[in-house]
Amino acid sequence: MTSITIDHFLFLGAILFTIGVLGIFLNKKNVIIILMSVELILLAVNINFIAFSSFLGDISGQIFAMFTLTVAAAEAAIGLAILVVFFRNLGSIEVEKIRKLKG
Amino acid sequence: MIIYTLSFYLFSTIAVLSALMVISSKNSVHSVLFLILSFVNAAGLFVLLGAEFLAMILLVVYVGAVAVLFLFVVMMLDINYIKLREGFLQYLPFGVLLGIVLIVELGIAFFTETFSEMSLVEYAQMPEITITENTKLLGFVLYTKYFYLFQISGIILLVAMIGSITLTLRQREISKKQIISDQNNADASKAIIKKKIKLREGI
Repeated sequence: MTSITIDHFLFLGAILFTIGVLGIFLNKKNVIIILMSVELILLAVNINFIAFSSFLGDISGQIFAMFTLTVAAAEAAIGLAILVVFFRNLGSIEVEKIRKLKG
Repeated sequence: MIIYTLSFYLFSTIAVLSALMVISSKNSVHSVLFLILSFVNAAGLFVLLGAEFLAMILLVVYVGAVAVLFLFVVMMLDINYIKLREGFLQYLPFGVLLGIVLIVELGIAFFTETFSEMSLVEYAQMPEITITENTKLLGFVLYTKYFYLFQISGIILLVAMIGSITLTLRQREISKKQIISDQNNADASKAIIKKKIKLREGI
């Protein structure tokens, strides 16, 4: 059994990123799952940041992971608020029905 | 070292499997719970990488706040989830193809140049990460070098808070509301009526 290098963490991040993108593609109707997939993608990005930070011995990666967490929390709050308003107005959360801004 | 390796594989396997369950589960509540499991395992990986503070932040902020917010919204909205899953199998072959292409591209990007630890150290700005504990080190840098970014992230959170409140606030008909102009325009001559009442008769 080999020791864990940065490649293991990078590959884990790549797998999680791909699962997130797949989630956006497969669940084309459910906005909640799409928001969760975005959270998974941001988690993959954080794993990459922290892996590089740890293996480089540079704290900046952890700082940026922290800012990513902040922005992700803000994004989740706004996204869910929009979702609640949308459901209240239309009674559905299907992505295909979100076309009010379409001219 | 063997414990480190084993715990890496344990955490990463559970994280990947629960991430797969997030996107493929039939019930959205189960998806949120698997998302929480994935985050908890990612926090374990952060501990393995020596980022203890961020691991705890991930647990507190993500599992404690964001995932529970998701859970609230999923349970609050009355949605027909069966109908929402139409088209899942239709997009599956294309999606899997796209996923394979993406992961092969990422693999090529990562593994053409191997990141050995010796070559990585040359890029490092501050190779002092092991001198003091993680939280202390973050505090040293966050409030000095990244002070403006810290302030801006505070503003982002404020804007997000105001935005989500104004989006979801709705005026109810039954609720009593304070009208400031009416209160300011009130004067004593309208509010008080003087009457002459005869003795022993009442009003």
